[in-house]
Amino acid sequence: MSEDLDQFRAETRAWLEANCPAEMRTPPKSDRETTWGGRNPEYAHPDQKVWLDRMAARGWTVPDWPSEYGGGGLSAAETKILREELKRIKARNPLNSFGISMLGPALLKYGTEAQKLEHLPKIARGEIRWCQGYSEPNAGSDLAGLQTSAEDKGDRFLVNGQKVWTSYADKADWIFCLVRTDKRVKQAGISFLLFDMASPGVSTKPILLISGNSPFCETFFDNVEVPKANLLGELNKGWDVAKYLLGHEREMISGFGLGGTGKDPLVEAARKGADPILRAQIALFQVRSKAFTAMSEKFIDELKAGKAHPAQPSMMKYYGTELNKARHELQMAAGGSDALEWESDASHQGAAARTWLRTKANSIEGGTSEIQLNIIAKRILDLPS
Amino acid sequence: MPLYLNDDQTMLRDTAKDFIASEAPIAHMRALRDADDTAGFSRTLWKQFAEMGFTGILIPEADGGLGLGHVEAGVVLEEIGRNLSPSPFLATAVAAVEALKGSAAARAWYPGILAGETVAALAIDEGAKHDGRIAMQAERAGNGFRLTGAKQFVTNGHVADLLLVAARTGNGTTLFAVAGDAQGLTATPQRLADSSIAARLQFDGVEVDADAVIGEVDQGDGPLARLLAAGRTGASAEMIGVGGGAMDMTVSYLRERKQFGVAIGSFQALQHRAAHLYSEMEVARAAVLKAQQLLDAGPEYAAAAAEAVAVAKAMTGLATTLAVQEGVQMHGGIGMTDEFDIGFFMKRARILAEMFGDSNFHANALAESAGY
Repeated sequence: MSEDLDQFRAETRAWLEANCPAEMRTPPKSDRETTWGGRNPEYAHPDQKVWLDRMAARGWTVPDWPSEYGGGGLSAAETKILREELKRIKARNPLNSFGISMLGPALLKYGTEAQKLEHLPKIARGEIRWCQGYSEPNAGSDLAGLQTSAEDKGDRFLVNGQKVWTSYADKADWIFCLVRTDKRVKQAGISFLLFDMASPGVSTKPILLISGNSPFCETFFDNVEVPKANLLGELNKGWDVAKYLLGHEREMISGFGLGGTGKDPLVEAARKGADPILRAQIALFQVRSKAFTAMSEKFIDELKAGKAHPAQPSMMKYYGTELNKARHELQMAAGGSDALEWESDASHQGAAARTWLRTKANSIEGGTSEIQLNIIAKRILDLPS
Repeated sequence: MPLYLNDDQTMLRDTAKDFIASEAPIAHMRALRDADDTAGFSRTLWKQFAEMGFTGILIPEADGGLGLGHVEAGVVLEEIGRNLSPSPFLATAVAAVEALKGSAAARAWYPGILAGETVAALAIDEGAKHDGRIAMQAERAGNGFRLTGAKQFVTNGHVADLLLVAARTGNGTTLFAVAGDAQGLTATPQRLADSSIAARLQFDGVEVDADAVIGEVDQGDGPLARLLAAGRTGASAEMIGVGGGAMDMTVSYLRERKQFGVAIGSFQALQHRAAHLYSEMEVARAAVLKAQQLLDAGPEYAAAAAEAVAVAKAMTGLATTLAVQEGVQMHGGIGMTDEFDIGFFMKRARILAEMFGDSNFHANALAESAGY
């Protein structure tokens, strides 16, 4: 067994050595160098596509998914080795995808065979980019209060309503969306629909954020027709799917707390000479950051072995996002007035400041920190309501 | 290797949990304190630890031990921490055993440790803060050395059979295995805040033979580093037990204590603080297991292990300090009483947080090794 794994590691290392382009072993220089795929993919560097296609051909964009759905069919131990080898060469993520990190696990658990075969391979290859239709203007932390309706029209649903904070809705090809199919009950009246963003009646409007960027949109549905076959899970059981998926979303967001794979800009700044108080703050931050890296490894290992508490993603999300906010506060302090430039080339168009501001959403999106603490208190610590 | 306990380690944990909760619960510590016990621990209990095989966990099989690792030692330490059991386990069966490993001196001392007859103490610190500085001198004298200087914060140093002493020699540091009853050695026991006993030691020309040297003369940095890595990781594991025990006791109290007609654990102000504490303890636990696994992974992982040990000690210091503070605060008035146990957790955590360098010391060490 362990000899097999040693051999797998050797082969993986050799393959990555031969196939990961040099440019893809450096950190992305801007958001534009993050690969998202989709029908209209954007590649700021040609090697992004080379790297994505090579990894996808082996199923390694989703190494632990079954191979019939475009995955690599790897065991938990092999997946861990692949991840370690990718980290070793500081390889970029070949594909950022809500399809991989959020919808995929829900499809694997709740999808029909036809739905899995239709959607999973396209997610794995980065051909279809997905967005998430959860929050609404009047349903934020109280998500189950959502009102977007899906009316039964025989062989299809007619969807009407509005979503908000839909990440990259203006760039996404398909949406996974929570809709109300029964107005008389709250959670038990919610269903989970998948539909094409090119459907007539779908429109999006980007929201300008304090970072000056617009990663989120308002999304409007005006008599959008959705075939009944696009229902994921049972009618009025969408809340189960939604919660399952939220667990995976929280895992993904918790990863923001890990920092990058390249040089740590905080350490670089400290080396240039931070004052003693800032140095101490950075050093204590690094203690938590490195401990959280171990926590992430432990969490994934426990998850794969079925040993993780079902509410543990809430802890990961809470800790990881608070850590990420702290990191960027320190980076701004370390960067001084250089980090304040908003448009200059030297600042990569204000990358530091815009990222700092963007991270403030981390503890809001996917369930606020306060919601996560509620979940930990009730479901893990068993504290009374 | 996955970052959770394997089946054998889980079995050991269950055994240690049952045994320590039954033989050395908090009431055992309280009874020793109330009897004004002058040893600081129970020799009978130490013998029982040996009978359970615990004292041989880190001793190689070739030397009659179990040949297990820091993960297994940590499993026992966590239960010691959870029960606040006074025990020479950390200094003797973990730190001293690791320092002696592979040396000629090991043959002299391992049998007594395996049998639960030998208790070791660590004479490392010379100032109030652990800082790595060593002023104690060991001059060559006849066939051996003559030790002169002072040490402090030597847990059980007044009754130990074996003292591990770091001293300056001609061209470096040397670690010595000194018998506790050596001539010229004066031990002044000091009761600490948690009612454990640590000695101030005065060495006035204490003469030892050449075979008291652990490893090679002037080459003490190796065994001393092993001692400190084992001690820090072990103290971290014990702190996970102390912090975890305080947290569990506090969360239970939040469920039971009623004010305004409801359980106080239904108040969101307390729920959020408890949930934050849980998160800090979980992250600390992961850091400790990572350090233990890296130490067990062998010399090729030495650099990664050194960093992980510093992270573990610093992180458990932060998390456990929070656990005991929240513990006392959330218990309210009874948390301040001697009759209630939560205060003992606060005292023990303070001692362990200080031992082998506190969170600030290790955060600074991480910064220095990262080049800032």
